[in-house]
Amino acid sequence: MQFFFEVLIGGLLSGVLYVLVALGFVLIYKASGVFNFAQGAMVFFAALTFVGFRELLPGLTGLDPEGALVFWMAFVLALGAMIVLGILTEKIVLRPLVNQPHITLFMATIGLTFLVEGIAQGIWGANVRGLSLGIADEPVEWIMDSANMLVSKFDLFAAALAGVLVASLALFFQYTKVGRALRAVADDHQAALSIGIPLQQIWAIVWAVAGFVALVAGLIWGARSGVQFALTFTALKALPVLILGGFTSVPGAIVGGLIIGASEKLAEVYIGPFVGGGIEGWFPYMLALAFLLVRPEGLFGERHIDRV
Amino acid sequence: MLYREAGQFKASYIEDQQIFPIRQDKIGFIAILAFFSLVVPMIASEYWLQAILIPVLIFSLAAIGLNILTGYAGQLSLGSAAFMAVGAFGAYNFMLRIDGMPFIAALILGGLCAALVGIAFGLPSLRIKGFYLAVATLAAQFFIVWALVKFPWFSNNSTSGVISAQKVEILGFAFDTPVSKYLLTLAVVAVFALLAKNLVRTTTGRSWMAVRDMDVAAEVIGIRPMRAKLSAFAVSSFYCGVAGALYAYTYLGTVEPEGFSLDLSFRILFMIIIGGVASIMGSFLGAAFIVLLPIFLNVAMHALFAGTMPAGLASNLELIIFGGLIIFFLIVEPHGLARLWQIGKEKLRLWPFPH
Repeated sequence: MQFFFEVLIGGLLSGVLYVLVALGFVLIYKASGVFNFAQGAMVFFAALTFVGFRELLPGLTGLDPEGALVFWMAFVLALGAMIVLGILTEKIVLRPLVNQPHITLFMATIGLTFLVEGIAQGIWGANVRGLSLGIADEPVEWIMDSANMLVSKFDLFAAALAGVLVASLALFFQYTKVGRALRAVADDHQAALSIGIPLQQIWAIVWAVAGFVALVAGLIWGARSGVQFALTFTALKALPVLILGGFTSVPGAIVGGLIIGASEKLAEVYIGPFVGGGIEGWFPYMLALAFLLVRPEGLFGERHIDRV
Repeated sequence: MLYREAGQFKASYIEDQQIFPIRQDKIGFIAILAFFSLVVPMIASEYWLQAILIPVLIFSLAAIGLNILTGYAGQLSLGSAAFMAVGAFGAYNFMLRIDGMPFIAALILGGLCAALVGIAFGLPSLRIKGFYLAVATLAAQFFIVWALVKFPWFSNNSTSGVISAQKVEILGFAFDTPVSKYLLTLAVVAVFALLAKNLVRTTTGRSWMAVRDMDVAAEVIGIRPMRAKLSAFAVSSFYCGVAGALYAYTYLGTVEPEGFSLDLSFRILFMIIIGGVASIMGSFLGAAFIVLLPIFLNVAMHALFAGTMPAGLASNLELIIFGGLIIFFLIVEPHGLARLWQIGKEKLRLWPFPH
């Protein structure tokens, strides 16, 4: 039983990483109706840009490469790059495709995925890079002592960071003018447009916010498993998370991420040995698929009504 | 001046419904087929046959398969490579386990295996659509590749699931030279492409298009969405399966499940976007484009940098160009190269007069 809880907690904490990527999807989908397949590529781009600047800056400015100043400068520069990327995406890719079928937009973001991956590797190179945030990936002692379970400090830190991120996004959406406009646009584009909310500006802001979320996700993931191309594949796991939680719901993304993280770890440990292991790769998709058959709109999604 | 339909009258429905209603089109089609089956084998080098023409043909078939599902029936799939894998491993096992199995029969049985798997993974399409379905097909992609690696029965207990295709022999004639393999591929692809072209003009094909355009409306006018969607999945996977079997038998010879990766699925999707969604002709154009582009890029890069090329630049450039082209085509010409071809033909009908 204790082992079960250890796996469960490990799974839940790794689910936090999926939550971070899924959040970016939900933000964009809610505001502009675009299912942004490129979110994974954006996470990769953000992490690579951050690491790249962090390596570059000490040489240019003579600062301590491990210092906080370099960290924050790199963070701001990477954030700037993500915002520019988001705005350019909105201007170049999405604006000409307004009012096209969802499928077309989706395929355009697949193209965007390749484009962003190519640019990221073209600028910073394709090597695997380490990224340290200064928090060790080791068990927390007092949990080890009291409950005899291994819970990583790093995972707890990631979970806390995700919590802060979600809370601050919620506050941003609830209490600022821009946030109110964002919610209006998410609710009804045309109504929002008719009362004078600048739609295109709002979309640019949403993409920038999604870029920020991607940066945070990229930092945590990069610190966990190195900044490498494989990040984009792991980010695909955010898709079943979305299906489980519903495309339009932030709480759904959180719950979905935790369920996917926990269930894939539990399945690997308890079902894996019977079929030869390695089922983590497809289990989330199958789970989402089975779930779709029962409840196509997800846990928290809006029920869709078909009209002719 | 030559491309005119003046004087060609259609006196019956049958004449009006032909694939090539204009005589010049018919002659052109036969000329192209004759060129590729008679002239090309004589002039093409081994490299051209093995590395360019055979893969283009095979990917055309896979692209036709995906086009049936995505282009005609409107169900987006990101798992076409997995269905190719099912076809390849299916054909391999029929060849392996049944003595004296004719190759063509194994090819078709492999395709049927893929069709069955396709139906199984198409079942969710009855309840979900759009990108929800895309995620469902991702499940097929990851699950099938995993299963082929994990269960050694599929690959006859070889390490990491690698299979080596048996010798291809039809009626005692061994297909072991590049030319004969090319001709075999060409024959299979031509027959199936013609079948597909006809299939999309039948009731079934029209019901696919009705479901694509608006499934609720299609249901209201009496089309059974279940039958339409599942048949699209079955036929599409069948085509992908046959393409996969050819991929193993006439192109690579040795394949492993990991070779049928998500990346390959994306490539096939790109073929139909660039070639033209809902167009058989477009599948060929798109496949040729996607196969030739990396080769062209490589040659161009070598000519430009001559040995001093930074490592990985070509592959990154390839990613950027692929991504950029997809976006470009979706914005500027959503119907792809096939539409350009059509515009060219329209222009040709009037040429050299402006009206």
